[in-house]
Amino acid sequence: MIYLDNAATSWPKPPQVLAAMARFMTGVGANPGRSGHRLSVEAGRIVYAAREAVAQLFHAPDPLRVVFGMNATEGINLALRGLLRPGDHVVTSSMEHNSVMRPLRALEREGVEVTVVPCSPEGVLDPQAVLAALQPNTRLVVLNHASNVTGTILPVAEVGRALQQMNGPLLVVDGAQSGGAIPIDMQADGIDLLAFTGHKSLYGPTGTGGLIIGERVPLEEFRPLIRGGTGSRSEREEQPDFLPDMCESGTPNAVGLAGLEAGARWVLEQGVEAVRAHEVELSQQLLDGLRSIPGVTVYGPAEAHLRTAVVSFNIAGMEPSEAGLRLDEEFGIMCRVGLHCAPAAHRTIGTFPVGTVRFGLGAFNTAGEVDRALEAVERLAEEAGRRTPGG
Amino acid sequence: MEEMYAVILVYSTAHALKAEKVLQRAGIACRPIPVPRHLSSDCGICLRIHREDAAAALKALEEAKVEIEGVHNI
Repeated sequence: MIYLDNAATSWPKPPQVLAAMARFMTGVGANPGRSGHRLSVEAGRIVYAAREAVAQLFHAPDPLRVVFGMNATEGINLALRGLLRPGDHVVTSSMEHNSVMRPLRALEREGVEVTVVPCSPEGVLDPQAVLAALQPNTRLVVLNHASNVTGTILPVAEVGRALQQMNGPLLVVDGAQSGGAIPIDMQADGIDLLAFTGHKSLYGPTGTGGLIIGERVPLEEFRPLIRGGTGSRSEREEQPDFLPDMCESGTPNAVGLAGLEAGARWVLEQGVEAVRAHEVELSQQLLDGLRSIPGVTVYGPAEAHLRTAVVSFNIAGMEPSEAGLRLDEEFGIMCRVGLHCAPAAHRTIGTFPVGTVRFGLGAFNTAGEVDRALEAVERLAEEAGRRTPGG
Repeated sequence: MEEMYAVILVYSTAHALKAEKVLQRAGIACRPIPVPRHLSSDCGICLRIHREDAAAALKALEEAKVEIEGVHNI
């Protein structure tokens, strides 16, 4: 079996991740930050260690600014709902996932003005076009760091630095595909709010992720998504006004965060640059191989260093759904087909509503696996070519 | 002789565990304990230190920019 669906969730996970989760469940198990006994304190330490690992990886200003939640989607919703009010304007790109588009469309109905800056058919965004879309009432710029459809890396640092220099709107970055896969320095890149997920390129378990809230964000104006028990200020019936408790109500996914810490530490030990180099090499092999197969159309930039390890393609004469099923059943290759929850991105690259076949590579894939995947696609393309009239 | 302690009250468990790391690095012995009821109705934790370490602890926490709520002898 060849797992090429790392853009959906990475697999396998480093053994340290499972070990950390097992250790938590067998040796700690308590509720972090709710009770003062030693197991509760130890659980709190594990959650805090996860904050530190994530903060280190993304150069967050302070581990206390790392807010944990279910996933990047929750982080994005928290950032948008936290800051946008009726009458505000928000700028985004045409390569966004529905994790950004759906909350924005809902906010639009509540009186928020939304501008979608078009990207090129390769998914490339011109940072100047973002800056040109700013208005006096622009509150946020929201950008996908790397497309989950084409892997195209968007120029978030160029936009972020420009916004900081002009003391302009805050920048929200959807780092679901980029976090851990390419270097991110929140402070140097001018990222004010970074939504991250734990289960992709941080190699942690599903159900972990969140938002890092930078120092330019006015906390007194920030609204949490949910309110409830935090283990702090229990005498008050109002939500705490400090991070992370302000935005973290209810018992967290402590066992998941134990795994996330181990995953993030594993990435830090390997080095983001080293994992990146491996994925660029495999992506280039995959891109070049796919392009050489007659009848195959590959989307996004031709050069692997302009993208994360996500490659979308189509086979002439074969629907993505058929290709996906046959790759699974006949070749044991796991991939994802269709629209990838990103209709805007598929409209941008011209593949809406059919979608694409997507291979998402990860740290554990090998050149041999890429070769076998290329052979499988070649076989399917040959067969589709034979059954196409005149083909 | 009975040990003389003080506690450092902080805003949250996350703050307490950040403070614990700072104090450990500064070589100051500390232990997270439940917040004594007479000091606060908080259900969280605070850091217990030896009373004579209080000044050094506060200095280390200030340098590391860890906000605290206060220090009390217990």
